[in-house]
Amino acid sequence: MTAPWEKDPILRVRHLTMRFGGLVAIDNLSFDVGRNDITALIGPNGAGKTTVFNCLTGFYKPTEGMIRMTHADGNEFLLERLDDHVIARQARVARTFQNIRLFGGMTVLENLMVAQHNPLVHASRFAIAGLFGLAGFKRAEREAVERSKHWLEKIDLVDRADDPAADLPYGAQRRLEIARAMCMQPVILCLDEPAAGLNPRESDQLNTLLLDIRKEEQIAILLIEHDMSVVMEISDHIAVLDYGIKISDGTPDFVRSDPHVIAAYLGVEDEEVA
Amino acid sequence: MAQSETSLSARLPSALKDAAIAAFISLALFAFIVGIRTVDDPGKLLLEPRPWLLAGFVGAVFFGRLFLNLFFWSGAHTSEALTSALAPVGQIFERISPWLTPALVVFAITLPFLPFTDRYILDVAIMVMTYIMLGWGLNVVVGLAGLLDLGYVAFYAVGAYSYALVATHFGLSFWVALPLAGLLAALWGIILGFPVLRLRGDYLAIVTLAFGEIIRIVLINWYSLTNGPDGISRIPRPTFFGLELTRRGEPSFHEFFGIPYSPLNRIIFLFYIILVLALITNFVTNRLRRLPLGRAWEALREDEIACRSLGINTRNTKLSAFAIGAMFGGFAGSFFATRQGFISPESFTFIESAIILAIVVLGGMGSQIGVVVASIVMIGGFELFRELEHYRMLMFGLAMVLIMIWRPRGLITSREPSVFLKEKKAVSGELVQEGKG
Ligand SMILES: Nc1ncnc2c1ncn2[C@@H]1O[C@H](COP(=O)(O)OP(=O)(O)O)[C@@H](O)[C@H]1O
Ligand SMILES: [Mg+2]
Repeated sequence: MTAPWEKDPILRVRHLTMRFGGLVAIDNLSFDVGRNDITALIGPNGAGKTTVFNCLTGFYKPTEGMIRMTHADGNEFLLERLDDHVIARQARVARTFQNIRLFGGMTVLENLMVAQHNPLVHASRFAIAGLFGLAGFKRAEREAVERSKHWLEKIDLVDRADDPAADLPYGAQRRLEIARAMCMQPVILCLDEPAAGLNPRESDQLNTLLLDIRKEEQIAILLIEHDMSVVMEISDHIAVLDYGIKISDGTPDFVRSDPHVIAAYLGVEDEEVA
Repeated sequence: MAQSETSLSARLPSALKDAAIAAFISLALFAFIVGIRTVDDPGKLLLEPRPWLLAGFVGAVFFGRLFLNLFFWSGAHTSEALTSALAPVGQIFERISPWLTPALVVFAITLPFLPFTDRYILDVAIMVMTYIMLGWGLNVVVGLAGLLDLGYVAFYAVGAYSYALVATHFGLSFWVALPLAGLLAALWGIILGFPVLRLRGDYLAIVTLAFGEIIRIVLINWYSLTNGPDGISRIPRPTFFGLELTRRGEPSFHEFFGIPYSPLNRIIFLFYIILVLALITNFVTNRLRRLPLGRAWEALREDEIACRSLGINTRNTKLSAFAIGAMFGGFAGSFFATRQGFISPESFTFIESAIILAIVVLGGMGSQIGVVVASIVMIGGFELFRELEHYRMLMFGLAMVLIMIWRPRGLITSREPSVFLKEKKAVSGELVQEGKG
């Protein structure tokens, strides 16, 4: 029986291994990410989740393994071979960070404009057309501002568009980072613990936002979370990582009742489960 | 200030302790500087100990410090007191800065025709304008992209020598050679930028400093090309659409316009050249800041990793900042060469890089008008204290220390956003990163 996400996955991770000296952060990890799914990667702290993201987005070169990305139009990318900015620009993988990385001294709007750097640079003909204020660039810039505004409305921050990003409250900064990633018009959005530090109401809003993004934009969302309960409601598919090893993979219902997962989360000895 | 009310006797122990520490430090410092003197006895060198002089120095430090501790430094830190005392000045400064720009531009344009203007004032003004241009050029690298460059003088030198060499060897005019010199400097910006792409912070500063020195040493030693320490002389002067600004020029400016010859004409002409060059630098930089490229520079300064995650090629972005900053340095260098008529490696020492960087830091990193004010204050101040000769450097150092205590982020700290939705609000300097690269 094949799971639905294995039929036409956007991302196929195979035998991914990442070693730091003697430490094996990810050990022979394989999983698929469905094209229009919300996929969650969960596991206790230090399980290697962020390391998986860093491999996906080119910040780390994996020691072994393959990450194959297939766009809807059939274009293929082997992410383990590409540079980080190429992955973002061509493979259209967007990400957020566990410790928020906004451009704090720039305004909220500027943050979203930086995310549209590549189309804008192209329209400005590498600054030449922009320098002379040519019409083509003006139009591209207006579109970029419109797209920023669209996302600001979604995250409910239009009123703060001209304030410095560092002045926003924590929850708003998290949302802004997601909006910034979305301004890249990605095909897959990778979120590293987006619910960390949010209160229950903000957490609910986040879930609504993610479901909305999946529905409206028809993209894949890959989500890291160490708290299981957060992702159960919205995920279609969950992979569980512990000490770099995948211990479970399936629907939320399957994972919830998997004895390996319960053991990992409750700290029960493996022998007792097996 | 609550501590100032505590009695003298209560403060005595801590004051004594502080004075003793200061005395000990001064003992360690002065032991070799004043405690021992070398005497040149024919044939050998003798050491003559001077314990009483040393004791005098250390005693002065001890009692001076004790006195200050007891009667002046009562409680609150002096630096904080200074900051709060001078805060209103800073606020006034921020408030008038929007009007400052047009006022300064009008002043600069009319300067040559103001009644008090003489040759000396024009010479100083040309020098100030040159440093403003250099400051604006370096501001691209340091202020916007956040890359600490201590070798900026290298590009100034490349521009000056490029113009001097093509003008003396191939007879190219200033106006043809100027863009060429800028392009060559930009090329060197990229060449020197490549090896330092992966370096950050202190390491970047050290390597760029070394580059500045390497260029100067190459200029000294490559005798066949650069004439070494003797320098290049008889560099052609710029012409006004082919008209020479000399008494016997063929054709000459004053005969063409039917005005009496005055040596001041040439100085005024030079002043306008550097004014236009500087304004172009400012215009281009301001324009670039609003373009994706300039925004990427600032984003790079804020967070390089986030930039990479957004698909920005940080290598090219850094190189473009180096290249454009170097290009402006090259333009300024050619101007310097044509103004002086003579250049030698001596004009391009590390102190030049340091002064330009000081102008940028003092003005407030990334602030264009801050660079103007800092140049006027620093270069003008240098001129004011010209009689004091080597104490000049001391005054300069002291002023820098005081200003950095008072406004650690420079004169103008707020950052103007490059784009806005409803209203343009300045970003407070405290939130802006200074860059780790
Ligand atoms: N750059 C690195 N160098 C060395 N060890 C690392 C590095 N990045 C991550 N690790 C190690 O890999 C393991 C997994 O870390 P991480 O992926 O951050 O876990 P998680 O995100 O699941 O909490 C940890 O033991 C961590 O110390
Ligand atoms: Mg993590």
